[in-house]
Amino acid sequence: MAQFMTLPQAVAQNLTAGDTAAFEGFTHLIPHASAHEVIRQGIKDLTLVRMTPDLIYDQLIGMGAVRKLIFSYAGNPGVGLLRRLRDSVENGWPNRIEIEEHSHAAMANAYEAGATGLPFAMFRGYLGAELAQVNPNIRSVTCPFTGEQLAAVPAIRPDVTFIHAQKADRKGNVLIEGIVGVQKEAVLAAKRSVITVEEIVDDLWTHPNACILPGWAVTAICLVPGGAHPSYAHGYYPRDNASYIAWDKIAADRDAFQAWMKDNVLDATPEDFAERITHLRAVA
Amino acid sequence: MSVIDFTPDEMMTIAAARALKNTDVCFVGIGAPSAACNIARLTHAPDVTLIYESGTIGTAPTVLPLSIGDGELCDTAVTTVSVPEMFRYWLQGGRVTVGFLGAAQIDRFGNINTTVIGDYDHPKTRLPGGGGAPEIASSCGEIFITLKQSKRAMVEKIDFFTSFGHGEGGDHRQRLGITTKGPTLMVTDLAVWKPDPETREFTVVSLHPGVTREMVQAECGWTVRFAPKVIQTSRPSSTELSTLRDLKARTKATHSGTKNGEAS
Repeated sequence: MAQFMTLPQAVAQNLTAGDTAAFEGFTHLIPHASAHEVIRQGIKDLTLVRMTPDLIYDQLIGMGAVRKLIFSYAGNPGVGLLRRLRDSVENGWPNRIEIEEHSHAAMANAYEAGATGLPFAMFRGYLGAELAQVNPNIRSVTCPFTGEQLAAVPAIRPDVTFIHAQKADRKGNVLIEGIVGVQKEAVLAAKRSVITVEEIVDDLWTHPNACILPGWAVTAICLVPGGAHPSYAHGYYPRDNASYIAWDKIAADRDAFQAWMKDNVLDATPEDFAERITHLRAVA
Repeated sequence: MSVIDFTPDEMMTIAAARALKNTDVCFVGIGAPSAACNIARLTHAPDVTLIYESGTIGTAPTVLPLSIGDGELCDTAVTTVSVPEMFRYWLQGGRVTVGFLGAAQIDRFGNINTTVIGDYDHPKTRLPGGGGAPEIASSCGEIFITLKQSKRAMVEKIDFFTSFGHGEGGDHRQRLGITTKGPTLMVTDLAVWKPDPETREFTVVSLHPGVTREMVQAECGWTVRFAPKVIQTSRPSSTELSTLRDLKARTKATHSGTKNGEAS
């Protein structure tokens, strides 16, 4: 049953060093506030899972919190490469992370397998693709009916999944709207879940087929308005594309990165996110 | 600049846009493909279905998205589905006629690398990786590719097979059990290329206005083959050019400020 608590409490209670954690949100609703809280609490040695490790994983990697990354696209979408990730993979700074690389189709299927309680995911994929040769977790199965060879990857079963959503009601039922990504699967695949929301309301006022995570399927809910910034929350504030563009320069230099992290993460709080979106709300 | 002048980049986007039909269902890669697909929609193919891998189906953005998941894509879509549904029902299910991809590195058979430059375990440059492309390349009815030519991008041998094109050429796709056509078109800033019917090697079929064979070869890392009959690409029409320039201007104004993402 969902418990309402502060984000520092939720992170401290649900994530321990060495855990496997997924932070999901496909461009939309990326849980930046949660990632920053993890960095502030200094939780290390994490295996991080995410289809599109963008800024938050660049930050977690650059701060040395990560042991292994499981992913399918590591870029700053529309801007370029992830420079802290590159520094780790190419130069071993601050440590050389281990990587397990998939395609989007594989990751989406693997989360779904996790949510459905199956040990692996099966799909038609990786045909002629070289990833199958460098990732021992990409294997194949034969269809018992047609003989077709299909790709197989292990189910993703995180210890904890972090997501950001628009709202929760007072019973802890969570509503996700817009680009829903893979969050529902990522939460249901995980042992525990921490969900930050824009607001907590009496009634979700939604339609019968909305994407809802019932309160009894969720571990912790934290009110963090703006908690997706510079990603966005559909209906609340738009994507801060200027910040994504600016990140490229910040992340290019180790010292600039560390200075930015001190000012905007280490010396900040979850409450600071609300202020970061005020100028965006004005134009939304 | 008078309306009949145009840049090689503009010619590339417009020539790529022309390849899409009004009836196509197109999986749109970010960057150059996104511009081309939306120009098609805003000119000759108003009913083309554009799909972005974020799950937005039948989207019609007024500005080009910076990412594949900008809110505008969802706001203007017929429907938005989850990412697993996107890849399982719609892509793997065989509902997509064209996949439109860009490439960091490509070879003459349309095999694409967006993973690493250098060795996989100790890369010289770690690129973003495949994302949706490995399965887009095998599940879409056919693949269109668009990229700016350079010797760095168009190479004799790619460093990593992120997405399979025609492999070693010939019937390599069929030998791997892939039933879709693979790359059938490549549009660069200098020329239009199509695979040879037998060898499947990309062959220049059309040169953009003012471009010579030597210019194409100078920006390509393999020895370029030309079709028996090479024509000239039609110049951009004033409608095509003004549509593209308006779209780029709207996009630039939007992404450089904060008024972006979703319109609510």
